[in-house]
Amino acid sequence: MNDANAKPAAARRGRKGRVLEVWRRLKRNRLAMAGLAILAVLFLTALLADLVAPFPSDKQDLENTFSFPSRAHLFGTDEFGRDILSRVIHGSRISLSVGFLAVGFSVVIGGAIGAVAGFYGKRIDNVLMRFMDVLMSIPQILLAISIVAALGPGLWNLMIAVGISSIPGYARIVRASVLSIKDREYIEAARAAGSGDARIIFRHIVPNCLAPIIVQSTLGVATAILTAAGLSFIGLGIQPPTPEWGAMLSGGRGYIRDYWYMTLFPGLAIVFTILGLNVLGDGLRDALDPRLKSSR
Amino acid sequence: MSETTMLLDIRGLTVRYGTQGGEVRAVEGLDLSLARGETLGFVGETGAGKTTTALAVMRLVPEPAGRICGGEVIFEGEDLLKKSPRDMRSIRGSKISMIFQDPMTSLDPVKTVGEQIAEMIGLHESVSRREALAKAQAMLETVGIRAERSGDYPHQFSGGMKQRVVIAIALACNPALVIADEPTTALDVTIQAQVLDLMRKLKDRYRTSMILITHDLGVVAETCDKAAIMYAGNIVEYADKASLFARPSHPYTQGLFGSVPDIESDAESLNVISGLTPDPTDLPPGCPFHPRCPRAEGACSTQAPPKVEIEEGHFVRCFLHGSGGRAR
Amino acid sequence: MSEALLEVKGLKKHFETKKGMLHAIDGVDFAIREGETLGLVGESGCGKSTTGRAILRLHEPSSGQVLYRGEDVTRLSPARMKAMRRRMQIVFQDPYSSLNPRLPVAELIAEPLRVNRVYARKPEEAERVAAVMELVGLEARLIDSYPHELDGGRRQRIGIARALSVEPEFVVLDEPVSALDVCIQAQILNLMAELQRKLGLTYLFISHNLSVVKHVSDRIAVMYLGKIVELSDYKSIFVEPLHPYTQALLSAIPTTRPERRKERIILEGDVPSPIEPSPGCRFCGRCRYRRERCAAETPELREVGAGRFVACHYYDALGEKKGN
Ligand SMILES: Nc1ncnc2c1ncn2[C@@H]1O[C@H](COP(=O)(O)OP(=O)(O)OP(=O)(O)O)[C@@H](O)[C@H]1O
Ligand SMILES: Nc1ncnc2c1ncn2[C@@H]1O[C@H](COP(=O)(O)OP(=O)(O)OP(=O)(O)O)[C@@H](O)[C@H]1O
Ligand SMILES: [Mg+2]
Ligand SMILES: [Mg+2]
Repeated sequence: MNDANAKPAAARRGRKGRVLEVWRRLKRNRLAMAGLAILAVLFLTALLADLVAPFPSDKQDLENTFSFPSRAHLFGTDEFGRDILSRVIHGSRISLSVGFLAVGFSVVIGGAIGAVAGFYGKRIDNVLMRFMDVLMSIPQILLAISIVAALGPGLWNLMIAVGISSIPGYARIVRASVLSIKDREYIEAARAAGSGDARIIFRHIVPNCLAPIIVQSTLGVATAILTAAGLSFIGLGIQPPTPEWGAMLSGGRGYIRDYWYMTLFPGLAIVFTILGLNVLGDGLRDALDPRLKSSR
Repeated sequence: MSETTMLLDIRGLTVRYGTQGGEVRAVEGLDLSLARGETLGFVGETGAGKTTTALAVMRLVPEPAGRICGGEVIFEGEDLLKKSPRDMRSIRGSKISMIFQDPMTSLDPVKTVGEQIAEMIGLHESVSRREALAKAQAMLETVGIRAERSGDYPHQFSGGMKQRVVIAIALACNPALVIADEPTTALDVTIQAQVLDLMRKLKDRYRTSMILITHDLGVVAETCDKAAIMYAGNIVEYADKASLFARPSHPYTQGLFGSVPDIESDAESLNVISGLTPDPTDLPPGCPFHPRCPRAEGACSTQAPPKVEIEEGHFVRCFLHGSGGRAR
Repeated sequence: MSEALLEVKGLKKHFETKKGMLHAIDGVDFAIREGETLGLVGESGCGKSTTGRAILRLHEPSSGQVLYRGEDVTRLSPARMKAMRRRMQIVFQDPYSSLNPRLPVAELIAEPLRVNRVYARKPEEAERVAAVMELVGLEARLIDSYPHELDGGRRQRIGIARALSVEPEFVVLDEPVSALDVCIQAQILNLMAELQRKLGLTYLFISHNLSVVKHVSDRIAVMYLGKIVELSDYKSIFVEPLHPYTQALLSAIPTTRPERRKERIILEGDVPSPIEPSPGCRFCGRCRYRRERCAAETPELREVGAGRFVACHYYDALGEKKGN
């Protein structure tokens, strides 16, 4: 059989042991570890932005506008002569927090709505999902715009707006997987054991629909960063001198023919974040699923 | 064996599947023969290789995972394993046809049952569409479904009726051999009785030979002439039904008889074969049954037991019945 | 019957479907005595599982009573019901889908203990888990394995261990061996008989396989389309089946000794739909002996001899016919 043989009798691993087990499986996945490394680097630079960045993010140097990447300015400078590298580093703070917090927010709320709707069905399902449909029928960016317009600009409001506008997507996905899981016999078995609804939803149903949530949310982070950029662009998000990847991207768009590096570097930053997150997400999904364990 | 020439004669058939966990030895050097008009019951536990054997005869072992590594399948005097894919296509359905376990998934949900039978006929006989449809309706009548229902879709039929349709398709071109892979396992007992009864009648009427794969010794007792017991890729016992039921001789066969609660018996506790079927990627050496065998001894774990004829037409693969060996 | 542990009276469960009301079970009555096994047989869709589930209130019954030691289970408050679940447990048919694939064996077995807060301390709980595993013959080394790593027989043992961990008195076994191979099936059947002897359990044993039911049961109830058509001790049903459906069912079972069968009855047609069933005897469309009264009037389950119940207007006439 498998590795169970080797262990002494009745050596239960318990919860901590299982977390370690997941970590062990994750470690074996090279790609996921690479993703984790990328994210770790990104987060570290965001935390230590003030130390790592060669220049303050808003230091202008009007003599040196649009300079090509050079030793002094590794990523070049923008139309105000600001160092693009420093702006990418400082910008990671806002972009990453918008990306992750907004997605976290919408996964939690959307997931809860979807789980409740799928689990209880009937009227609750109808009410919740029709409401989600209404939200969904408004284009995401428009929805975000109206929310920010109502709340006023600012980082937190931006995150809330982006978060709310992507709730319906998660609610739909979670509801669909809950529907496919809730009629499995093991859910009934849990009920027969005496479990209440909350325990059934959170211990039995949610862990079994992690896979689609993980996939969707890794992609969601990219969308969130770009939505935030869109909002910033029309003046509803982060206000101009504050660096932010999305804003840098759209700011450089006008100059792309001559000064491609203005868009390239913030773009690469987004790509790496998403790439790292994506491979990590895939690895995590596999590591969390005991059925895929025996990749001996 | 006897003077009748065999319709099907399988010799040394070996089929393997390549999987991540290793090579699965699904069928290992299997010998089997079947005369015209005979019905053979093919019994064994899950994973014994029954379906794989049937697929090998049809040359339908899923490529590339599965590979027929050796042996011969002589059907009407010719080795099927040497046929071109094209020849095989014309044999399938017309001379050998197969009935699968699950009637729900072996019918096309978007075609009427009449069309599905007619399609089979059109494939192998040069008839017009209209003639094919007429023949399809006649076929439906044969399996006990009124001809006017030929325009209905599979979902409009019950499980038993769907299996009848599947049988109609299998018999449409009057094949010489029908391989039925657990044709009634998905059905209820009363429906199973209907279907088995129908198969018996049709077989007598058309003198079709049949291989009936099943888990149920009762089904064998009621429908078959011969029985083969399969364990871990090989046939451990092969005999006339009467002889097998009167004198099951392989320890595995005996265990199998002991495990089934029989409606006619009053045993308090079942005689259990201990242990599990062996891992097919790592079959035990010697006789694959020896780790579970209550009567295993030295030679069993090292040498493959020979095939012994203990009485006319009753073959056992076990050392207990070796030449001059101790019969039980 | 005073010594009944569980009494089911007029139990009904109807499901709303698009095509109309589906009468999954339609007035079922029986009693189970303490320490016995009642077998419930019938064909697919006749309502066996629904009966088992309605008793445990996994499906809320539409009407009727389930008396457990005289107390009506269907009326218990959620809190009382939760306590009741410790005494009534269920083992499911499919050992592949009835275990959460993400939990290891230890967690699966501990689950009922935890929800019911049986033990306050972890070590006691772990001890109990180990004890139950031993009871059902699961090797201790499997404690951290996941269900997908185990074979069907071991998985079904987990299902049994789960049910037994909270020390129930009554267990519904919903086709516990139907998904298993014959050899494994025999192992599990023997295990369950042994556990019953050791722990004094009472079983409701559901199966579509009459041979299996006969092997394990003290009394047998035969169900057809949401109703019990015959109930008696396991011997009488086989020696002298009274209801025409029971007769047909018995004769349909493939046996290794077909020559001993008295006659072979092959039923015409299929089981009719349980949606808005017509009044009268449910079996009358397929019955060889039907008369006018059968289609008009539903026969009730009545006692026709010591402990023998049958729902047929003309069961005694049938007996005569055969006697001649
Ligand atoms: N496509 C495949 N790829 C890899 N292994 C396979 C494949 N099909 C079958 N096997 C393996 O080959 C062995 C024989 O399988 P087979 O389906 O012939 O058994 P069987 O006797 O028909 O069992 P059952 O009663 O469950 O139908 C098994 O160990 C099975 O896991
Ligand atoms: N949740 C449900 N909603 C609607 N109809 C249902 C539901 N559960 C069961 N039914 C129907 O109730 C009837 C009885 O089902 P039940 O599962 O009790 O049958 P069973 O005797 O256990 O059959 P099987 O042997 O196939 O398990 C069937 O017609 C079934 O389709
Ligand atoms: Mg098979
Ligand atoms: Mg059922």
